Formats: sequence, structure tokens, C-alpha cells
Amino acid sequence: MDRPIRVLVAKPGLDGHDRGAKVIARALRDAGMEVIYTGLRQTPEQIVQTAIQEDVDVVALSILSGAHNHLFPKVVNLLREEGVDDVLVIGGGVIPEEDIPGLKEAGIEEIFTPGTSTKDVVEYIKNHLKR
Amino acid sequence: MLENNDEEAISIIKELYRYSGNAYVIGITGAPGSGKSTLTDKLAKEFRKKGKKIGILAVDPTSPFTGGAILGDRIRMNDLTLDKDIFIRSMGTRGSLGGISKATWGAVKVLDIFGMDYIFIETVGVGQSEVDIVKLADTVLMVMVPNLGDDIQAIKAGIMEIADIFAINKCDLEGADRTKLEIEMNLDLSEKKDYRPPVVKVSASRNENIEELVEKLIEHRTYLERTNKLQERRKKNAKLEILSLAEEEFISLIMNKSLEENLLDNLAENVLSKEMDPYTAKDRIMSLIDYRRG
Repeated sequence: MDRPIRVLVAKPGLDGHDRGAKVIARALRDAGMEVIYTGLRQTPEQIVQTAIQEDVDVVALSILSGAHNHLFPKVVNLLREEGVDDVLVIGGGVIPEEDIPGLKEAGIEEIFTPGTSTKDVVEYIKNHLKR
Repeated sequence: MLENNDEEAISIIKELYRYSGNAYVIGITGAPGSGKSTLTDKLAKEFRKKGKKIGILAVDPTSPFTGGAILGDRIRMNDLTLDKDIFIRSMGTRGSLGGISKATWGAVKVLDIFGMDYIFIETVGVGQSEVDIVKLADTVLMVMVPNLGDDIQAIKAGIMEIADIFAINKCDLEGADRTKLEIEMNLDLSEKKDYRPPVVKVSASRNENIEELVEKLIEHRTYLERTNKLQERRKKNAKLEILSLAEEEFISLIMNKSLEENLLDNLAENVLSKEMDPYTAKDRIMSLIDYRRG
């Protein structure tokens, strides 16, 4: 039996709500994945420690407050510092189109903006796992 | 690795097993929403103050339909994430009706070998499945909340008998004293155990009375160690573990065999059409399994 894909859905920064993240979490669960969700107001350090302890395949970052250019690359860099190289990092939330190339260069493999179908997110994850 | 039944994982455990045995395992169970995760967070902090290293296994249900799970217990334990002497792992039940996935057995050993002083296993509470946690824990803490209609629940077989300590969480709510009284009354009526489980009122979210609960946990451990009952209990658990591993492998043999010839499916059809009764179907399977592997 194929082992389930483990995904950390994380909300770095100071977002006020997590409706979107929860929708994604549910969709991933319904697609047979194990989703670790740690709630609001996570620091990059917490996210990376959780990703390591939970041995996840994917870190899915969700942000609405505009701090993505700072926080997303921070998470990627911390993961690298800790020697983690087999985790797919993706992001979503309120992220302007013009920021996406910069984020991808920083190591976030794909960004899913509002309106993306959850099916697309599921398919992307399944096709781009690093393990 | 363990969750995926990796051969490598098992051989590593085999090699390192003799170094285990130092950790004390506390099982925390109770109804969904009773506050187990929040309480585990507070208990871990108290034990950390004493300089203990803590491992936490948080088990949440896997959907039997999709195979997926939302493992959300960590939300209540955010403060613990950056503490180097606490390790938290979320696990899905992945098909074990007992509420504890088979991998939890192995995970406890790994954390033990790794040097944890205390290992908390926090499980789903879906009623009778609590009974399974006993197979792993040295002390079982049952978390209850006031007014959940638990009065009748408590009397059902298995629930009252497995708890070594009762914690009434959310004690600020109306009805906490009554719930405590009901549990005490049930304990009065039930068969006398050597150690009467204490009933402690706490409020995890308000951090109230956690020290008393910790005291009771340590008292129970001391009692078990002093009377040598800990060894008895662990021996019983070891038997159950061996059996459980054997059972798992046996079922696996049957399923593999069945896949080869669509056996189970055919037998089920026969049973459905009354051509065969279930007992004969079972005999058919048993005769095909070569379990004389020695």
C-alpha cells in the first residue's frame, strides 16, 4: 500500500483567518493525504521544526497579509540550512502576479492564487513530489 | 519509516531494542473535544520544568474512505515546537480500529531509545476504542468534561476499568462537581482495584490545577514501581504486542493469498448467495495459508 503523502499546511505571519488554508487542508485529506495543520501565527522557525519532526513531503504556505516576499523565502532558506532537500514547498493566498517569479526563484516551486481549483493543487502535489 | 512498515526500520529497532526501557509511557484518552491536546501541552510544560525530555505521539483518525487525515493536535501545542527536548509526531490511525495505529508501537520504542524520559500518547476518543491504548501505556489518563452525557458512558465496560487517573477538564463549567461525584460513585460500585483512580478537576486552557494532576501521575508511577506492578503490566503489554504483530502478519498473508486468486471476493459471493456459510469460507482460507513457517 502506497504510503500517504504528508503535507504541512502552515500560516506564517499575522493573518487574521485561515478559511482558505482549511479548505485546502480538507481537499488534501479527501484526496487521501495526511495533513498537519498548525494554526495561525506561525514563525518560519516553527514551520521548519514542525516539517522536520513530522517528516512531511510538502510544505504548503498560506498567507493573506502581504508578507509573503519576506516570509516564504525565509522558510525555504531555513529548510536548506537544516539540510532538508526532499520537501516540496508551495504557497498560496493573496499574492500578486508580479511577485510570483521572485518567489519561484527563491525556491517556492509553485504559487496558487485565489480561484485555483483544489483539484489542481492536489494534482500538482502528486506530480511534483521530491521523494 | 515505521509507519510504512519499512523492513529497514524494523531491523534498526531489532538492533537497538535492548537500549529501550527507560521511558515512561502515559496514555491520554477521552472524548473528542475534551481538551486532550491542550492538556498534553500543559503537562509537557510541567514535566519540562523538571528537566525531563518529552516525546508526544498525537493520533488522529484516518478517513476509512479516502485514507486521508487532518492531524490537528499540534495546534494546541505550538509553544512546544521550538523546545529541543520535546519531539511531537502526529499520526493517523491508518486503518486500526483500536484508535492507535500499529506504527505507534514502534514509534514509542524509537522515542524511548532516543532518550525520552516521558512519552505521551494522545489518542482519538471514539468510545470503546480507548481500550487499545492500555496495550502501550504504563499509566492511562482519561480526560472527561462535565455534562457530556458521560454518566452512562462511564459505566460501559472498558471505560472505567482502563483509567488509572481521571481528569475532569474544563472544570470551570457548570456540572464539574457533579461529574466528579458520578465518577467517584461509579468507582465505589465497581470491583475494588488495588489502586483507586484519583479524580482531579483541572482546566487546561486556564492552566489550573495542572500541578496536582502531575503529582497524581508521578504517584501512580511510584506505586507501580514500588509494588513491581509496572513489570507485570509491561509483561502483559509485551504479550499483547507480540500477538498483535502476529495477527497483523497473518491477516497480511491472507490478503496476499486472496489477491492471487480473487479468493476473498469469490468466497464472499458464495456466502452472500448462501452457497456457503461463513465458517466454511473461513476453513477454505485457513487450508490455503501455509502458516507453518517456523
